[in-house]
Amino acid sequence: MSMQTELPVLSSADFASDQDVRWCPGCGDYSILAQMKKVLAGIGVEREKTVFVSGIGCSSRFPYYMNTYGIHSIHGRAPAFATGLKASRPDLTVWVITGDGDGLSIGGNHLMHAIRRNLDINIVMFNNQIYGLTKGQYSPTSPLGKVTKSTPMGAIDNPLHPLSIAIGCEGTFVARTIDMNIKHLAATLRRAADHRGTAFIEVYQNCNVFNDGAFSYATDRNTKADTVIELEHGRPLIFGKNREKGIRLNGMEPEVVELGKGITEDDLLFHDEKAPEPSLAYLLSRMRYPEFPEPIGVFRAVDRPRYDQMLNDQIAKAREQQGEGDLQALIHSGETWSVS
Amino acid sequence: MSATSDVRKPVVTIDEATIRFCGDSGDGMQLAGKQLTDTSALFGNDVATFPDFPAEIRAPRGTKAGVSGFQIHIASRDIHTPGDEVDALVAMNPAALVTNLSDLVDRGVVIVDKDAFNKKGLALAKLQTNPLDDGTLDGYTVFPVEITKLTRLAVEDCGLSSMKERDRCRNFYAMGLVYWLYDRSLDQTQRYIEEKFGKRPSVADANRNALIAGYNYGETTEAFISQYHVPQAKLPAGTYRNITGNEALAWGAIAAAQLSGCELFYGSYPITPASDILHEVTKHKNFGVRTFQAEDEIAAVCASIGAAFGGAMAMTGTSGPGICLKGEALGLAVILELPLVIINVQRGGPSTGLPTKTEQSDLLQAMFGRNGESPMPVIAASGPADCFDTMLEAWRIAVTYMTPVILLSDGYIASGAEPWRLPDVSELKKIFVQHPEPPTNGQTFEPYARDERMARPWALPGTPGLMHRIGGLEKQDLTGDVCYDPDNHQHMTDLRAAKVAGIADDIPPQEVEGVEQGELLVLSWGGTKGACKTAVLRVIDSGGSVAHAHLRYLNPFPANLGELLGRYEKVLIPELNMGQLRMLIRNEFLVDAIGLNKVKGKPFAVSELVAAIEEQI
Repeated sequence: MSMQTELPVLSSADFASDQDVRWCPGCGDYSILAQMKKVLAGIGVEREKTVFVSGIGCSSRFPYYMNTYGIHSIHGRAPAFATGLKASRPDLTVWVITGDGDGLSIGGNHLMHAIRRNLDINIVMFNNQIYGLTKGQYSPTSPLGKVTKSTPMGAIDNPLHPLSIAIGCEGTFVARTIDMNIKHLAATLRRAADHRGTAFIEVYQNCNVFNDGAFSYATDRNTKADTVIELEHGRPLIFGKNREKGIRLNGMEPEVVELGKGITEDDLLFHDEKAPEPSLAYLLSRMRYPEFPEPIGVFRAVDRPRYDQMLNDQIAKAREQQGEGDLQALIHSGETWSVS
Repeated sequence: MSATSDVRKPVVTIDEATIRFCGDSGDGMQLAGKQLTDTSALFGNDVATFPDFPAEIRAPRGTKAGVSGFQIHIASRDIHTPGDEVDALVAMNPAALVTNLSDLVDRGVVIVDKDAFNKKGLALAKLQTNPLDDGTLDGYTVFPVEITKLTRLAVEDCGLSSMKERDRCRNFYAMGLVYWLYDRSLDQTQRYIEEKFGKRPSVADANRNALIAGYNYGETTEAFISQYHVPQAKLPAGTYRNITGNEALAWGAIAAAQLSGCELFYGSYPITPASDILHEVTKHKNFGVRTFQAEDEIAAVCASIGAAFGGAMAMTGTSGPGICLKGEALGLAVILELPLVIINVQRGGPSTGLPTKTEQSDLLQAMFGRNGESPMPVIAASGPADCFDTMLEAWRIAVTYMTPVILLSDGYIASGAEPWRLPDVSELKKIFVQHPEPPTNGQTFEPYARDERMARPWALPGTPGLMHRIGGLEKQDLTGDVCYDPDNHQHMTDLRAAKVAGIADDIPPQEVEGVEQGELLVLSWGGTKGACKTAVLRVIDSGGSVAHAHLRYLNPFPANLGELLGRYEKVLIPELNMGQLRMLIRNEFLVDAIGLNKVKGKPFAVSELVAAIEEQI
């Protein structure tokens, strides 16, 4: 190319829309919004080629606060809107913002099918284990026994594990991060942005009004070393304040072991995010506090053909084989007759 | 066609004939009907068809529940319906005979497969006596033919492995016989056999042999005394093809996309009787067509709205139950003000209702089936070929006014076929679409500013400087920002209503056929056009002061409709529902219209319309 147009270097502030952010003060959503703007600025995306799509719920207000294109759609359906948009406009970068209620209750079906189709989109699920916008009913990720406005005697629905669902749908990129852990959050968003295919991220997000402290075990500086385990590809699963504990496989079951006394790092489970079989990732997604430290990071990152790419390849192939569509020829094809 | 004989039987020339094939749903009756249709259309008759089949793919063999029929009306003049009464009935088993006999004219022709009228066949049809000899068929011209036995003989050297496979050729034998009786050429069907079964030579040979054997049977047996000949119709000059409503919608969508410079995106979830649109559209990927078979009806419409935001010609298609599921997303499309075409191929309801039978009972759903003040243009196709033009018009309205548009078809139009005079593509009107350019001199983009038709700009992602957010929360006028201001909500509600109402100035005035003013106006919409028109013309011929107006535009109504209704003493509204258009007309114009309503899963017969008209004048 003889001329190159220099792209302007954008800052985090360039990704802020002119709208006042209206989440409750202290909401975990602020942190996610800040890191998203920073990450997008950092990796140099074009604002006009970026679309945020959301459903309904507190998290779904997100698109209004981004100076990109955006659709605040209807409850649970954001993955479907994103599918139509990305399939017909592969040149766009599409982010879906959803919550545990939006994504797993009313929109469970669409989430499942978006992930299995593996369109090149990124889905960020803000999991606060509560319905915030409707003021405090239990959600599909609320723990059994959770007392809320709609469950005065405790929730009797067994909770879903978002990552187990994503892995069960053959997700090609599945990760978890925490709103308060901003470095990890930013790094995870960046990994998702780089992934080709559907990236699914669960963010532990604190709702300080209706479910404050739901993830305090994972964010409290005194406990988090023992309750969270950070996954690194190719590295053993080690945790604890002094990195003195690890996860070992005992048959098909994980177990917590202390290093030393004959147990070395080599005895531990090594993380392999690229494992073709999702079994390891699924096993990790089942590790829950307090029995286990909860893994954060990238559980799975593999390559698989993408729906949008295959759809557009079929169109290219049809054009190559049949030539560009000719309407006059189509209408006059097959058995016709003339009347004079 | 080569079958000749030295002593040709006499040929009686008739104006028209209505023939119905009926048998088990696995007997290939739909295929037989379609072949006779194509053959007759190619010959130059006007044709109209009515396929009628059960919802079960294979109901228990030989039972009344499993009877599948295909009726075809062929004529040497312009016709608009598949015929009220049947002149010739081909019945492949006792159940088919007894469930269809009441539609046969006196002295009409009955051809039955005599072999199927055995103990077992009679028992399956729950008959105590054999209708072939118990007097049931007195007054008809009956031809009991050993179709099963003769078919087996005709195909025995073709190498078919099983008796079941041989018996599968019975429909071709029956077709051959009917082709002889109505003096049809075998050429078209022989070409079809070659195309369809060419790769399985034994099947092709067997079907061909059965077809010719059936034809020759008519020619040689003494039972048949004469042939009937329906001469070519004098249709307007042009090139024609046969088309079903669903095919015409699919092609119309491909054409609309081309004429507007958009790429077609069709999001759909399989549902009877709309699935054939998806099947047809997806064949034409070389037009840049994207089809998306969604996980459910909701995803189908939502993905289509997503594609519309990206600049596609977005369309979703379904039947009534699917529209129920799409309702919330359709409201979103209304407030987003994005162009979208929603097809509803109506069927009998409520709920799952009568999946394969026709009805017009989703009009009020199309008008009002959303929460809030949610006006949406509604237009309806009047016949198979009209589906093409109606689709072009739906997309024109959608992009000109930036609005979702509901296009109503029905099961009768969807699978019925008629000759279509092919348009010259170069003469089809372009559909004007404009997307705003990147702003110059730092102007702020207003996504809810409006043009002279009150349409907002269709700004596409990818355009620098036009970044904007849309959503289901109420919009502030001009900026499109979320806004809960009471006066703004009133204002935006008024704007959305006025925009849709304004379409009335952009559609042709309603025309009438018949007297300009007088005793009675018959007002119809959708798939009943042919029957209503035929009935009105018949009454006019006998001197009645009556006229017919057929509505394509149901929301808004044509601007002159109120004035037009006022020119007649009475207004009769025949509908295949319990009075939905009548309710709208009474509400809008305070006209005390009279209804003719039925929901029997069947189109109107011309005779019942004539009777209802004559009762009013």
